[in-house]
Amino acid sequence: MTNAAIADAAVGTEPASYLEAGHTLISWLTTTDHKRIAILYAISITLFFFIGGIAIAMVRLELMTPHGLFLTSDAYNRLFSLHGIIMVWFFLVPSIPATMGNFLLPLMIGAHDVAFPRLNLLSWYLYVFGAAFTVYALLSGGVDTGWTFYTPLSTNYATGYVIAAAAGVFVVGFSSIATGVNFIATIHMLRAPGLTWFRLPLFVWGMYTVSMVMVLATPVLAMSLLLVIAERAFGLPIFDAARGGDPVLFQHMFWFYSHPAVYIMILPAMGVVSEVIPCFARRAIFGYTFMVYALIAIAVIGFMVWGHHMFVAGQSPLANLVFSFLSFIVAVPSAIKVFNWTATLHRGQITFEAPMLYALGFVGLFTIGGLTGLFLASVPIDIHATDTYFVIAHFHFIMVGGTVSAYMAGLHFWWPKVTGRMYSEAWARFAAITTFLGFNATFMPQFVMGWDGMPRRYHYYPDVFQAWHVMSSVGALILAVAYVLPLIYFGWSLIYGRRAPANPWNATGLEWQTSSPPPKENFLRLPRVEVEPYAYSDTDQVSGANNRMPVRAQGETA
Amino acid sequence: MTNSHGRRVHVWLRPIAVWVALVLLGLASLGSAYLPLNAFNTSLNLAIAGTMVILLWLFLMDLVGSEALVRLIAVAGLLWLSFMFALTLSDYFSRACEGPGDVPPATCVNQKTNRGAF
Amino acid sequence: MSDAVTALREPWPDLDRQREGVSVGIWLFIASEVLFFGALFLGYTVYRTLYPEAFRIAGAQTDVFYGGVNLLLLLTSSVTMTFGVDASRQERRRTTLVCLGLTMLLGTAFLIFKGFEYSADIAKGLFPGAHFPLQPPQTQLFWAFYWVMTAVHAVHLAVGVGVVGVFALILWRRLLPIESPGMLGVATYWHFVDTVWIILFPLLYLVGRS
Repeated sequence: MTNAAIADAAVGTEPASYLEAGHTLISWLTTTDHKRIAILYAISITLFFFIGGIAIAMVRLELMTPHGLFLTSDAYNRLFSLHGIIMVWFFLVPSIPATMGNFLLPLMIGAHDVAFPRLNLLSWYLYVFGAAFTVYALLSGGVDTGWTFYTPLSTNYATGYVIAAAAGVFVVGFSSIATGVNFIATIHMLRAPGLTWFRLPLFVWGMYTVSMVMVLATPVLAMSLLLVIAERAFGLPIFDAARGGDPVLFQHMFWFYSHPAVYIMILPAMGVVSEVIPCFARRAIFGYTFMVYALIAIAVIGFMVWGHHMFVAGQSPLANLVFSFLSFIVAVPSAIKVFNWTATLHRGQITFEAPMLYALGFVGLFTIGGLTGLFLASVPIDIHATDTYFVIAHFHFIMVGGTVSAYMAGLHFWWPKVTGRMYSEAWARFAAITTFLGFNATFMPQFVMGWDGMPRRYHYYPDVFQAWHVMSSVGALILAVAYVLPLIYFGWSLIYGRRAPANPWNATGLEWQTSSPPPKENFLRLPRVEVEPYAYSDTDQVSGANNRMPVRAQGETA
Repeated sequence: MTNSHGRRVHVWLRPIAVWVALVLLGLASLGSAYLPLNAFNTSLNLAIAGTMVILLWLFLMDLVGSEALVRLIAVAGLLWLSFMFALTLSDYFSRACEGPGDVPPATCVNQKTNRGAF
Repeated sequence: MSDAVTALREPWPDLDRQREGVSVGIWLFIASEVLFFGALFLGYTVYRTLYPEAFRIAGAQTDVFYGGVNLLLLLTSSVTMTFGVDASRQERRRTTLVCLGLTMLLGTAFLIFKGFEYSADIAKGLFPGAHFPLQPPQTQLFWAFYWVMTAVHAVHLAVGVGVVGVFALILWRRLLPIESPGMLGVATYWHFVDTVWIILFPLLYLVGRS
């Protein structure tokens, strides 16, 4: 079927889209349709993103003067803790997997739904209730421990809602585990005929590897938080030095999860970028097999590097050496991916639609974030830079410059598929460029001041850093505007946007072989896959997405 | 179900046999704990526990009859556990026991007051 | 098929694939539970390595009778559960339900014994705090792990008893057929809870006996 035929069919006598299968709130809240659950997640994580964003806006405003503006030091500590907890666990970890993964995974493999649809709905409820509970605790007075809950501050000395916050995160962790179990089972068991492992889109491999990490890492976080609760609530000595406990043991348990957690954040992002770049460069991804192995290598080796967060915590020098070495090793597969994305662009027919702008931004910003991670993997350099703004800049380059950029890329790329509407390309490009500029204005100064000695989590600071803080705060304002813009033009598109054809970008992938938005059962006929992924031709015309010759559709014989 | 009687006896026999083995191993572990074997006590108890778990997983949880994927998943959990143990213990076992003055740091293995690890 | 209601669910194309899917899913969950309890075992291992003498002193205070009886109860419950799975595969309705019932009974008996054991421990003052009867202070570490490990295990067991009960009810009310794939999921979880106790037994009850 040509694109035109699919588009006609979508408007004509085809079955109703998944959006029309039930209009009541109850139909949404009791759905087992993975597409609807994805939207439930998307709305929730957007809400939490802005709550976490408002908190850090207040922090950045406060930091414009060296001696505080309108916050007490205690309130300041609780605000950055709130920001970290919400952004890490209620936004970044679920972001791409729970929204795009949920929506697209069955579509990309030609299935009707995920393996366990009711478990999927349960995962959303665990997430939403756990997160709401935690946010309520954080807004009621919160914690000042930072998102890292280090002992003995969290167990002995912190005032506030440590137990509530830890309990909420504990519950949300099981949402992660449920999603991971579901995705792994889905990918193993429900692929369409002909869809062998090495024909899977890299986004699917991204979902598979992130699910491995979610299933195996999250339980350890859960236990570490449970032990903090046990010590704080019942006085049981687990990490209490007075009775022989070791606070560093908490750090081992906590970072055993929290380092892989950053790979939970980046693996799906890499999957998204691997879908977007081939499409807008009209070229197959370079080195597909190595891209797959790189994802797996990152997922596995990522479990062996957690001690690089503890170089100055009291770990033995031998452990420092081992973790440092493994941290250097884990950078290699990431670098391979950056090289391959770049090579994909070579001799491509590149166009700069909004998804591509975000994806290209990802490649650059992730590279900078990754390189600065290598600095920090070196023990002597880390001793200088640890607990400074250098570290903050490093992880924001990865999480925001990386993951959030990829999330935006994916949001724009698949928006037509999910909603059946086209967004305003001009506003989207403007927002993408503003994001890139605002992001760099916010976080580049942080590398400089961190290297010069500005400690993280400090409320008051020496005057010499004020210029950098002001630069960073102004950048944050620009970034905030850039993040609000999509709310406006995406919202507008839902009402006034042009109706989207099945395959507006002329992309490969099974999700584009069904209507926009898809019917409830995803496919009218279960597809059969006979071609390799990313079968982009070098001779595609650049102008006009709808004028493009359709790529030979996967599995279609007519 | 043809030759159901013979097959049924066979099906019920294996869990009983495994149960007997598990109970005997448990008793062995319990009994040996009272023998003065020093460090070997713990190793023996854990080895017996490990054997009991293997019997349970192979025959009662039926890993022998499961698909390769399921066996792989079972192994993966244990493998990842080993990463966590190996790297964490590499820290504790390599911490220096010479503290400032005569006092060793509290969290070092093989302090003079200990009988040694395990 | 003896029952009119089918076990096949969306999006599975056939029952065999669904059965395998349930197996894959539950074992993935078991893998996560291995890491969950594993973190506790790691903490225990670290502290026992650091303070072997204190752990010997502390461990001698656990009640090996309760521990051993509970081990026997759970080992037996694993066998009744295995019989239940076999019966379910052979579509033998009454046997399946009886086995599930026995499993529940044995699990509940464990929890009752645990309750008695806990009150005995508390009567001996073995809850870490200001009036802990043992020295040195590191003995409290052992007992902290005792309470947390057995409590987390007991919660898992209680959940297991509940799940087995609910599942038995569902089968009894014919809401699912006897050969439902869910049976394997329930059984695998139950065996895992038994696994944890097999490992906890030597760690908590066989320390410092000689």
